[in-house]
Amino acid sequence: MAFEGLTERLQNAIGKLRRKGKISESDVKEVMREIRLALLEADVNFGVVKDFVKTVRTRAVGSEVLESLTPAQQIVKIVNEELVKVMGQESVPLNKSPKIPTVIMMVGLQGAGKTTTASKLALKLKNEKHARPLMIAADVYRPAAIDQLKTLGQENDLPVFDMGTDVSPVKIVEEGLKVAQENKNDYVFIDTAGRLQIDEKLMQELTDIQKLATPDEVLLTVDSMTGQNATEVAEGFNEQLNITGVILTKLDGDTRGGAALSIRAVTGKPIKFIGQGEKMDDLDVFYPDRMASRILGMGDMMTLIEKA
Amino acid sequence: KKSRQGFGAKINALLANFRHVDEDFFDDLEETLIESDVGFETAVKISDELQDEVKLRNAKSKSDVSDAIVEKLVDLYEKEGQEEDNTLHFAKNGPTVFLFVGVNGVGKTTTIGKLAHKYQQEGKKVLLAACDTFRAGAIEQLDEWAQRVDVDIVKKPAQSDPAAVVFDAVKRAQTEDYDVLLVDTAGRLQNKVNLMNELAKIKRVIKREIPDSPQEVLLALDATTGQNALTQAKQFKDVTEVSGIVLTKLDGTARGGIVLAIRNELHLPVKLVGLGEQMDDLRDFDAEKFVYGLFKDLVAQTAK
Ligand SMILES: Nc1nc2c(ncn2[C@@H]2O[C@H](COP(=O)(O)OP(=O)(O)OP(=O)(O)O)[C@@H](O)[C@H]2O)c(=O)[nH]1
Ligand SMILES: Nc1nc2c(ncn2[C@@H]2O[C@H](COP(=O)(O)OP(=O)(O)OP(=O)(O)O)[C@@H](O)[C@H]2O)c(=O)[nH]1
Ligand SMILES: [Mg+2]
Ligand SMILES: [Mg+2]
Repeated sequence: MAFEGLTERLQNAIGKLRRKGKISESDVKEVMREIRLALLEADVNFGVVKDFVKTVRTRAVGSEVLESLTPAQQIVKIVNEELVKVMGQESVPLNKSPKIPTVIMMVGLQGAGKTTTASKLALKLKNEKHARPLMIAADVYRPAAIDQLKTLGQENDLPVFDMGTDVSPVKIVEEGLKVAQENKNDYVFIDTAGRLQIDEKLMQELTDIQKLATPDEVLLTVDSMTGQNATEVAEGFNEQLNITGVILTKLDGDTRGGAALSIRAVTGKPIKFIGQGEKMDDLDVFYPDRMASRILGMGDMMTLIEKA
Repeated sequence: KKSRQGFGAKINALLANFRHVDEDFFDDLEETLIESDVGFETAVKISDELQDEVKLRNAKSKSDVSDAIVEKLVDLYEKEGQEEDNTLHFAKNGPTVFLFVGVNGVGKTTTIGKLAHKYQQEGKKVLLAACDTFRAGAIEQLDEWAQRVDVDIVKKPAQSDPAAVVFDAVKRAQTEDYDVLLVDTAGRLQNKVNLMNELAKIKRVIKREIPDSPQEVLLALDATTGQNALTQAKQFKDVTEVSGIVLTKLDGTARGGIVLAIRNELHLPVKLVGLGEQMDDLRDFDAEKFVYGLFKDLVAQTAK
């Protein structure tokens, strides 16, 4: 695998620096090359990588590094700091409305994990906060999308509101919100159909739902295996819906998850949760520093810093 | 060859838009390729080979340079594609079995629906096997496809053993003379050993009942996927001897360039392409169109 030499490569480049003690701008350049490569192989978007490397280089050629006795160590530290900075310093909790219900709208491309994640989140709130969530089945397009949500609802004792597939999603949401008011549900999850960010008609539908429901959260669900296209997708959804947060799914796989960096960089919106499996309890809070290490392919960035 | 000229002409037209072919050109080319998800190494390799070719021929004028590039591109593309067999294979007699595999949410079930529709339209007798007994609503989803395109389905209650479902389906396909059996499986990430073993078992059951089958093991890959698709292809190939790829969601803005790296490294051909969620949104893979699509952005960039 191309990835395997990554840590080694960085270590080599850094090792050279270490022996030299003082380093020059061209030394920095070489290390930057390796970092650029590492990020690209992790699927961080090309443009994002460019900007990122530029920032790191600017800091690295600053006198503090060039004159330091441990320049390599300094560079890795800068990379780590900048990565965590882009990724958000700490985890951001779910928004909460001052009066019930808090409305959470799930959006994203087809198959990203919206329906599964909505159920996971609803269950988490129920278990941890004694919340009484209602899930609204607003995907009338995908075959058996409603069955999927209802099954997850039944299995986890979470109520699901649906009106079948012959009613418009906007209408379903409207009626669903009424039911939530009546039943005093404190959280409402709107499960929308997957769609492409370039599908004008379906994006308009989301805008209509958003206008009607004025959600406290519009969560863009993104498959962590997404490649270079992550920026375009995230920008598309963000420009049209002004999303409030991101959920990265399928991180139980072996992807580096560079999409996380790309999405944060272009939207500035926090990644709030990560999906780590198909089961209902496979949902975790997002930690920027852990994601940073994962993207660079270093189990423990600090170890490398110490070695450097 | 007609098609080769078509491809060459398209690339030529594309290159005609460049004011100069210089260092910047190759940087742009590399960038375009990387942004199509072909991967860093493949991008650099292609770009380097093209650069060498231009030097080798000592091409100076714009047309010399673009000729060199076109020929080299076509070569590169044809070289890797030589033994590529991107047709689907059918049994000489008895039912043909296609097994669908892939990670979660890539489009396995939808592709089966589309393919069932195609074969049904061609007058074939089609049977579906609902072996995703795990994911909520998966059986209902395939069932709805079966009804929509008017084909038969074998299913058992949720959580049943998928190997038992496939066994029943193969038996029924044999005894009731179905032409095609399409087997849906649950999505699974390639690093989940238990789930990969389960898949191997499904395949073994099929093979035990009909020794020449499955005629195709099709790996569904989402065009939006980045470098991880290579690992997916490797692992699924190891476990189930994948015979071809279905590249889904190419109607989106992702180019699916990773299949180039997959072809180079694993020699797995793309056989089908998904272009939407409807039953007609399935195409045979057109390699030239695909390769051309990878470079198309370059035109847009330089036209500015
Ligand atoms: N391994 C893994 N699988 C996941 C995760 N989240 C979702 N999935 C799986 O991904 C597939 C798609 O999930 P869905 O919840 O149906 O995705 P969706 O975005 O609602 O899909 P559409 O409604 O078709 O757009 C299913 O097989 C899920 O079980 C995760 O964190 N890890
Ligand atoms: N735009 C687009 N969407 C597609 C395409 N193929 C499938 N989809 C959508 O992608 C989502 C997931 O498709 P499925 O067929 O359920 O995927 P799967 O691989 O069977 O998923 P699991 O069984 O959960 O692993 C659905 O919303 C499909 O409608 C395609 O070619 N283009
Ligand atoms: Mg869904
Ligand atoms: Mg499926």
